[in-house]
Amino acid sequence: MWLDALTLQLGYNATLVTLGATCLGVAAGVTGTFLFLRKRALVSDAISHATLPGVCIAFMIMVALGGDGRNLIGLLAGSAISAWVGLLCIGWLTKTTRLAEDAAIGAVLSVFFGFGIVLLTIIQNMSAGRQAGLEGFLLGSTAGMLWSDAVIIAVGGTLTLLVVMTLRRVMALVAFDPGYASARGVNTDRIDLAIMGLAMAITVVGLKVVGLILIVAMLIIPPVAARFWSDRTERVVVISGLIGGVSAYLGAAISASAPNLPTGPIIVLMSFALFLFSMLFAPTRGVLAAVLRHLRFQRRVHMRQGLLALAQGQPIYESYTLRLLRRSGLVQADGVVTDLGKSRASKALRDEKRWEIIRSDQALEGAAALYDGLRALETVLTADQIAEIDRKIGGPQGVTP
Amino acid sequence: MLLSLATQEGIIAAEHIPADSPLALRGMTVSYGEKPAVFSVDMTIQEGAMTAIIGPNGAGKSTLLKAALGVVKPLAGHVTVFGQSLKSQRHRIAYVPQRASVDWDFPTRVLDVVLMGLYRELGLLRRVRRAHVEKAMSSLDRVGMTDFADRQIGQLSGGQQQRVFLARALAQSADLYLLDEPFAGVDAATEKAIISVLKSIKDEGKTVVSVHHDLATVRDYFDHVFLINTRKVAEGTVGEAFTEVNLHKAYGGRLATAQMDQLNLAAI
Repeated sequence: MWLDALTLQLGYNATLVTLGATCLGVAAGVTGTFLFLRKRALVSDAISHATLPGVCIAFMIMVALGGDGRNLIGLLAGSAISAWVGLLCIGWLTKTTRLAEDAAIGAVLSVFFGFGIVLLTIIQNMSAGRQAGLEGFLLGSTAGMLWSDAVIIAVGGTLTLLVVMTLRRVMALVAFDPGYASARGVNTDRIDLAIMGLAMAITVVGLKVVGLILIVAMLIIPPVAARFWSDRTERVVVISGLIGGVSAYLGAAISASAPNLPTGPIIVLMSFALFLFSMLFAPTRGVLAAVLRHLRFQRRVHMRQGLLALAQGQPIYESYTLRLLRRSGLVQADGVVTDLGKSRASKALRDEKRWEIIRSDQALEGAAALYDGLRALETVLTADQIAEIDRKIGGPQGVTP
Repeated sequence: MLLSLATQEGIIAAEHIPADSPLALRGMTVSYGEKPAVFSVDMTIQEGAMTAIIGPNGAGKSTLLKAALGVVKPLAGHVTVFGQSLKSQRHRIAYVPQRASVDWDFPTRVLDVVLMGLYRELGLLRRVRRAHVEKAMSSLDRVGMTDFADRQIGQLSGGQQQRVFLARALAQSADLYLLDEPFAGVDAATEKAIISVLKSIKDEGKTVVSVHHDLATVRDYFDHVFLINTRKVAEGTVGEAFTEVNLHKAYGGRLATAQMDQLNLAAI
């Protein structure tokens, strides 16, 4: 069943849903990256909640005009208009009142959503409303997805993607340094509006599949996960698109493999799984990598302190230091220092003295800047330079590592 | 001239605008809320000069620069760049914002930041070619940062970040450089590197305007000063305008006489 789902063998509707969702996932991941980089992740939540009244009003209008009210294009147009109004409200509140953006987002999000729920209740009490299935827009419902619905999602997603790719350079510029962008003649307000508008397009297109409550996850989780893998904007964009596509594909396929599994929440769980994996295992920014780096660093510090203590005949109280020294064969089990331990210790002490000279010598400023108490001197200076320093220190010559 | 300008632009021009000035502001007022940060300021930058904009904290120095660039919208005022409109001459201005104004954890490399300086040439879609990269690298070379081209910007020290910002401005090959506190929070080596780059820009006949904080170095680094404390206090060569009287006017009691004595002020 699973394998069938993943290889698109599960029938017409499941295949349609899976392909549509994948397309949406890629577009959402790419678009969301710019929202994330511009630090406007929360705005997308407000946008998506603000779609609900529009969906309901569009339905009512279409019914009043004698249609069946379920025309997807009509509903999406309604959702787009009310999301846009919500966006304008947030912009107006932050510009003309002293309200901070997060407060404005909270206010707009809850008011629009509350209003939408009231309308939804009214619709469900209407005779035409009972079978409308509008509540499917809350969490997404793909059960009765039509070919035309899938086409709308695919076309909408692709168009959004095209616009994002066209504007990517200027959006990245504004996200990184809006002041500079504006000094270069970029209309930053307009670019911000474009970023929001694209997020809105994704929200509207994705309403049917994941629903308005969870669409924010498709916009935000992929870029946050992608950020762990790269330090370059273009790569974060591509990786985010990949993560979005893969999680949407897996989520849609899995939800199709069993009856009554909701598509949206499963897609979100898939992207969360990829996020978790990225957070833990990404090479440099991942948690595991950071922990390993810290442990390695701690080990070097203890080793160094232990060697210096040995060289100066000081007692060592730290049990971790003692264990390290024993394990490396520098100290015997009974606490006696081995020959290897003695030579390493005297080298450490000598290096410490060498560093002292380096750090007091103006001519060696470049090397001194690298001092961290751990670095092997040979990686910083040439053998000749070290010999020169040793001459300044005096005492026995030719202490080798 | 004065009258016709006033009627055409609807502004009150206190001084006539010289056509050859790289940057001339007339009647510039900027207000955040209802307290003006900059009030009716006239400024005329001399071509080929290095001008320091100085004044106490909150005097509107950065705001004046941002208003000149259109980064903040002035309440009133008129800007000319090389005698023409800002819009038509914008490409001749390179701006170096305050280092603290951006998020240095942003996923981008040093080279990518410098390439932003070529924004006008690259436009929305043109691909980055070798010539662009070479131009960016030569800008990095001028500030001594070629070794860092591939680094993520968050790994740089404050001074290195400032030099990257300067390299981005250099890549633009502009005629007028506007810098916002380029020496804030940088190490001595960077300060030296930046000032030598700025002097070389000036030697090429370009114009440099910099918001500056350290009164002790004004005399060494700059040849012109513009003193501001919301209103214009004085402008002119260091010899003419960097005087005890003007500093008292700009800073009020905030500068102790003892500090004044160390500045080798021009005789009044």
